Amino acid sequence: MTAFTPTAAIVGTGNIGTDLMVKLGRSRALELRYVVGIDPESEGLAKARDAGYEASPTGVGWLLKRKEQPDIIFEATSATAHVANAPLYEAAGIQAVDLTPAALGPFVVPVVNLVENADAPNVNLITCGGQATIPIVSAVSSVTEVPYAEIVAAIASRSAGLGTRANIDEFTRTTARGIELVGGAAKGKAIIVLNPAEPPLIMRDTVFCALPPEVDRDAVSGAIASMVSRVQHYVPGYRLKADPQFDDPRPEWDGLGRVTVLIEVEGNGDYLPPYAGNLDIMTAAAAKVGDDIATAKGVAMSVAP
Amino acid sequence: MTAPAAPTVRITDSTLRDGSHAMRHRFSVEQVRATVAALDRAGVPVIEVTHGDGLGGSSFTYGFSSTDELELVAAAADEARRAKIAVLLLPGVGTADDLRAAWDAGASVARIATHCSEANIAIQHFAVARELGFETVGFLMMAHMLGPDSLARQAAVMADAGAQCVYVTDSAGALVLDEAAERVAALADAIGPNIQVGFHGHNNLALGVANSVLAYRAGARQIDGATAALGAGAGNSPTEVLAAVFERLGVPTGIELDAILAAAEEIVRPYMHHTPVADRPSVVMGYAGVYSSFLLHARRAAERYGVPAHEMLAEAGRRRLVGGQEDLLIDIALSLANGRTAGINGSATPAR
Repeated sequence: MTAFTPTAAIVGTGNIGTDLMVKLGRSRALELRYVVGIDPESEGLAKARDAGYEASPTGVGWLLKRKEQPDIIFEATSATAHVANAPLYEAAGIQAVDLTPAALGPFVVPVVNLVENADAPNVNLITCGGQATIPIVSAVSSVTEVPYAEIVAAIASRSAGLGTRANIDEFTRTTARGIELVGGAAKGKAIIVLNPAEPPLIMRDTVFCALPPEVDRDAVSGAIASMVSRVQHYVPGYRLKADPQFDDPRPEWDGLGRVTVLIEVEGNGDYLPPYAGNLDIMTAAAAKVGDDIATAKGVAMSVAP
Repeated sequence: MTAPAAPTVRITDSTLRDGSHAMRHRFSVEQVRATVAALDRAGVPVIEVTHGDGLGGSSFTYGFSSTDELELVAAAADEARRAKIAVLLLPGVGTADDLRAAWDAGASVARIATHCSEANIAIQHFAVARELGFETVGFLMMAHMLGPDSLARQAAVMADAGAQCVYVTDSAGALVLDEAAERVAALADAIGPNIQVGFHGHNNLALGVANSVLAYRAGARQIDGATAALGAGAGNSPTEVLAAVFERLGVPTGIELDAILAAAEEIVRPYMHHTPVADRPSVVMGYAGVYSSFLLHARRAAERYGVPAHEMLAEAGRRRLVGGQEDLLIDIALSLANGRTAGINGSATPAR
């Protein structure tokens, strides 16, 4: 019996879709087959054809008319487009990995909660800042109660597209919700800063978690270190800039202490430049989700009669 | 007796917003009420009340407010008889929801701030503000980091989005005389006369008032001050000095000098934690072009990690940090404490 390899399609041939194409091309768990855009002139479509994928500029309509449908679709368009497309994918029985801020399906950070959501018809990858910081919040909340967590994501201006800029409130709201729902903090807050420095700065993230006064700091540091190495499996440029910094409780923090975690995310440089760690961590998370879902599907198909 | 001349420049007093940095965001309702009452009596036409980093700024990164800013806005709106109450919003820190809440609390001027090159992240917020009925002001922060023409193009983005005035915001107190005037003139040329131009100064190089006068002469019709200079870094252009200087220049502001001097002396100075002055760290901020509110965060980190605040601030300038990146002062303190000297772009050029 030959092993079943699930197939995949990418919808959207902008920067994200094209970078994801390079990453999925390396996957051994799934076979990227289709790449779909809406701009016949797009560089992404040309690259897709060069790489031997079936590519079309006529959008989702073309994709859903293929005789052999993909098992997984990666949505790298916009929230509006995904809201329109998602019901079509679901009707066709195709699992969707959503890289837009549409937030239709459950929020997923691969190292935190993919296992319990692997069968969801649609999973959402929150935001770049969420993918970079929620693992840390989750690590801290695995060893202690986290009444409040706050993150600051600083990205290079050149890595913030018009879509991000037009909807910056979506970033702060969605990331804050992810910090709560997936990170496990009772309350979350997110801040994003665009920095235009040249050469562009590599994505930086700072995570602050409020901590009960009696917290075991070694346990917190240990959980963070182990989480960082798990994220590094799929985002090699993800690293701590310093050891976690602990502050004693203060009255103005309602008697709570604090841990500060300083992170840098350097991209893999697949299609996007290495400074755009914010975009890379989204495509890397999507590829990781795709791999894990595909592996589960492959196993399920292999054991089926 | 002749009626006082109509003001030809409008002063916005930011004591209760920019001063929030110097007060570590611990303004009380009583302090806000007393300040608004005194400024209102003096004829200050616009009074800004918000966390120093704008709506939603209460945080680990910037410092938690001891009193919810919306409670302070509501108290200010209740106290003011003539003055309009303004709020500040930095997209990326606060959201349009915060604008809605501020409107409900009684604010009527929305000042929406971005880093000088990133105006298009505020487009949705100008739309929401106008729809709610706010008078709108755009703030191009760290204006020293862009030349006059580029800054004017960013001002046009804000004007197109619905800003009724756009400020050259010298957040670092880094602009030196003509540099301020040239930027104001470029903006006035690009977006005037239907859209006004404003100037917000800091005293890190002791030029807040001088820059404001030059800005007025270059076409600015809105100018920011803070009573007793209570603001970030070495403080803002003192409102009472602006009132005196503009009066001597024959430029009516509508502010009564005796009353604003009384407000500074009797209301604001007694509650100030410290007098903002152009001390070593502040001059370094002006010289190196560093966001003024970094000052107290740098002082705190300097104390904890045993490194000099002025060296941290110089490094922040070398790394070209922008407003809102207070979190990275911890990173700088650790680097200095470990004796690692970052390159000119700091973390932008990691070792491989």
